[in-house]
Amino acid sequence: MQSSSRHPAGSSLTKHRRGGDFGSYGRGLPALSMATVVAIALALALVFFYAPLEAEEGFLQKIFYIHVPLAIVALCGFVIGGLLAIQHLRTRDPKWDFRSYVAIHMSLIFALGALITGSIWARGSWGHWWVWSEPTLVSFLIVFLLYATYQPLRFSIEDPERQSRYASVFAITAGAFVPLNFIAVRLSSAYLHPRVLGSASNLPGPMRLTFLVSLGAISLLFVTLCKYELAAKHTRAQVRALRRRLAGEGVELPRRGRSAAPSATTIAAGRSGA
Amino acid sequence: MRAPLLGELPALPLHEAGKYVAGAYIVVFVLVLIYVAIMALRLSRIERDLGELLELSARAPEHQTSGDEDLSARESTLAYPIEGHT
Repeated sequence: MQSSSRHPAGSSLTKHRRGGDFGSYGRGLPALSMATVVAIALALALVFFYAPLEAEEGFLQKIFYIHVPLAIVALCGFVIGGLLAIQHLRTRDPKWDFRSYVAIHMSLIFALGALITGSIWARGSWGHWWVWSEPTLVSFLIVFLLYATYQPLRFSIEDPERQSRYASVFAITAGAFVPLNFIAVRLSSAYLHPRVLGSASNLPGPMRLTFLVSLGAISLLFVTLCKYELAAKHTRAQVRALRRRLAGEGVELPRRGRSAAPSATTIAAGRSGA
Repeated sequence: MRAPLLGELPALPLHEAGKYVAGAYIVVFVLVLIYVAIMALRLSRIERDLGELLELSARAPEHQTSGDEDLSARESTLAYPIEGHT
């Protein structure tokens, strides 16, 4: 690792390419964005013009192609956030906390989408916006509410080092809860919710293809938005580092409001200590 | 002219179920749109910060680089590495 000793902030900073782009998070982002747009367009075309109507639910079943991939990607994102948090606690490198934070943040948005689309589907299918006796719905809501406390938890801790450590512990614990919760729901006998993963192989060919393309498109959307988020926060942190440097050594600039996100200072300090 | 064209399109049953399906897909679209709007706000904030930094750098000539050190070389040391060790 090559570091600069000209400045406290700079001491923790490695060399980037001259005239660099967003940094490494922005690399490949245009191509990824284009791939996402194409995948979503293809998925929508397959959903509405290729996949046959389901015998029981008819046109309403089209919600399946957006609701289920959103839920799967959100749950996977929560687990990935936990795995990244393990890496953070193992290495003490703030970049893993940063990635874990973004993965959970984005998964929460996708989970919200899954909840709303699921609720709409329930209304059309069962005549109710929410069915409390349905274990899959309630368990997903519990996971969502659990992760909804992640941001307030981070926000409530001022010390950046403690904030990242506690957040990682939370992400690991909650991440382990997600598959356990999933298994528990599947083991429960009284369910009404359509079994998706267990019966995906039983779907007719066009439906299965459409579902898999939709899942791929939503996964790509997740990765793309995560990269956008990482690149944006990275750029903002670079601007802050530049501001600190221009203000001169030893001059502490006030932070503009508190944030639940890992701060640039934390990352820089963590890097220098690593 | 329009009627035959519409007649050739696949029939979408936009009755009772149609509004729910449209609602579900619109919700996802709106969520992504809100996210893009937030990103646009962040971008404008970064632009504003960069403007302030330009002013700051203009007011502090002592911090300017001297001799053969160019700006891009200075910038290279400011970018803290979140990803990748070199």
